[in-house]
Amino acid sequence: MGKTLAEKIWEDHVVRRADGEPDLLYIDLHLIHEVTSPQAFDGLRLNNRKIRRPDLTIATEDHNTPTQNIDQPIADPVSKLQVDTLRKNCAEFGVRIHSLGDIEQGIVHVVGPQLGLTQPGMTIVCGDSHTSTHGAFGALAFGIGTSEVEHVMATQTLPLARPKTMAINVEGKLKPGVTSKDIILAIIAKIGTGGGQGYVLEYRGSAIRELSMEGRMTICNMSIEAGARAGLIAPDATTFNYIKGKPHAPKGADWDAAIAYWSTLVTDSDAKFDMEINLDANELAPFVTWGTNPGQGLPLNSNVPNPAEIADAEARGAAERALIYMDLTAGTPLKSIKIDTVFLGSCTNGRIEDLRAAAEVIKNKKIASSLRMLVVPGSARVRLQAESEGLDKVFIDAGAEWRNAGCSMCLGMNPDQLKPGERSASTSNRNFEGRQGKGGRTHLVSPLVAAATALRGTLSSPADL
Amino acid sequence: MEKFILHTGSAIPLRRSNVDTDQIIPAVYLKRVTRSGFEDGLFSAWRSDPEFVLNKPEYAKASILVAGVDFGTGSSREHAVWALQNYGFKAVISSRFADIFRGNSLKGGLLTVILPQEQVEALWLAIESDPTTQVTVDLESRTVTYNDATCSFELDDYTRWRLMEGLDDIGLTLRHVDVVTSFEEKRAQFKPKTLPALAE
Repeated sequence: MGKTLAEKIWEDHVVRRADGEPDLLYIDLHLIHEVTSPQAFDGLRLNNRKIRRPDLTIATEDHNTPTQNIDQPIADPVSKLQVDTLRKNCAEFGVRIHSLGDIEQGIVHVVGPQLGLTQPGMTIVCGDSHTSTHGAFGALAFGIGTSEVEHVMATQTLPLARPKTMAINVEGKLKPGVTSKDIILAIIAKIGTGGGQGYVLEYRGSAIRELSMEGRMTICNMSIEAGARAGLIAPDATTFNYIKGKPHAPKGADWDAAIAYWSTLVTDSDAKFDMEINLDANELAPFVTWGTNPGQGLPLNSNVPNPAEIADAEARGAAERALIYMDLTAGTPLKSIKIDTVFLGSCTNGRIEDLRAAAEVIKNKKIASSLRMLVVPGSARVRLQAESEGLDKVFIDAGAEWRNAGCSMCLGMNPDQLKPGERSASTSNRNFEGRQGKGGRTHLVSPLVAAATALRGTLSSPADL
Repeated sequence: MEKFILHTGSAIPLRRSNVDTDQIIPAVYLKRVTRSGFEDGLFSAWRSDPEFVLNKPEYAKASILVAGVDFGTGSSREHAVWALQNYGFKAVISSRFADIFRGNSLKGGLLTVILPQEQVEALWLAIESDPTTQVTVDLESRTVTYNDATCSFELDDYTRWRLMEGLDDIGLTLRHVDVVTSFEEKRAQFKPKTLPALAE
């Protein structure tokens, strides 16, 4: 019997297999940031260990970093200590780091692909659950905890139990105004936040093949919101064209050897998945979340659901609690919900295509006076690219704030936070209670919906303008 | 790592599903560079509510958390495990855990026990009607016992052995460092390296 893509990559990385033990997998790339690494570096020091492969390791500062006045010292002393600690650790252990102010600085999952370090068939890990983003290149990429960060540092391997595989087939053609963000929000609403637990997801079908690399990254990024540690898309010409010419892309004979290998990275026609899910792209509409987990989403034209109509007791209780937290009443049209803050950014939707799509909607218009809009590019390079295209002016002229790169309001570890009771339309990935600031309320949306919402002041799609 | 063989203590019912790691410990608490002191951030948003179960004096001494389905979803932050351990929890029982959280907990010696939802319900009822109920989590026999009830749970032999011996994964892997070296010798040359740094 043939193998799935995930099984092929897995098998190619097994360093050691023994009965009754997890497989020991080789890790091709380890991405590091300031939040989940200090205790791992400490562990190395305590045990007098080194980083085995600094040449397969790279660090960036993203979670804590401010998006304003980045030429000044970080004002929050605790954030500053954490960032300084990363700098010291990288210097001590010989790790390449891109610090705030560096042209390659940015969100770790934006930086890897733009440097060409993310390539098909690799195993990629990071102490961050959105590492699943890199699966868009046909790499097996997943988030790990700090103990595992230390393990990879010391050994360049990880002991792991083999996951099951799930195919998510998305066939058909997206309607105008419907994006990859809407695909993934619809998938999570369908299978739930626990639906992918124990699986690697492989996104397949004509609608997936049609997507750009950046659209594919948005989908794989949120695999973890469906409970799956990793999501994959088989590499194809779109992938190869995206990688070609990037700083760390293979060159010359290496490029040919790489293409030959990458071209084998598809699920065999006779391979069997442990589970299959089908989604019709033709039926999809702009999606928005109404609750406090990413599975609580509906098409934008819907009303806030009535928990009493939910059959499953557990889901009903969760919906009741969510409506209280979100201060929403069952039956309210989602489009009538007033928004205080629009956040455009994050490792989900902070890439150049996301900024272009939103700018196209906003161009020559003004955002509603009742709200603020933060535009936070995913990396310093994305920011520079956007500025070279004049997108910064589009946003600033519309009344939005143009910021420096970082995770920013996606998780509110830096000063960019919602105030208690404030409501956002956010292109990020999590609408958990307090995620964007204590007491803040989050509606997850696509960049197009974010832009239209900024103009109208209530949840909207470009079709409503 | 401390060995885990058997633990007996009182238990606290957390009747919520989908408790994500942002609820277990919000991001603002993750700025520390140590492994200790995270107990003050545990469930921080909910602890301002006097009715929240952790604030009830009858559960003050509990060392086992009995949670709803899909505990530990979301962010990979191991700080969630540290916060639970720093607070004094030795084990968490639920009918389903998120993958990364479960991996982190078993690496760090916080035992996560999976029981069917009806057994979780029965345990909730027992500890709600008598908060002093003593619950024993026995890794040797892979059982949870309280009052007259005995519930078996599954955990693979390897992880069980590692926890009972208190072994650190890194030390175990380093025993096979020669296999890692020979794997590295066969890696494809086209695979990228971060050093030296190349620019556009």
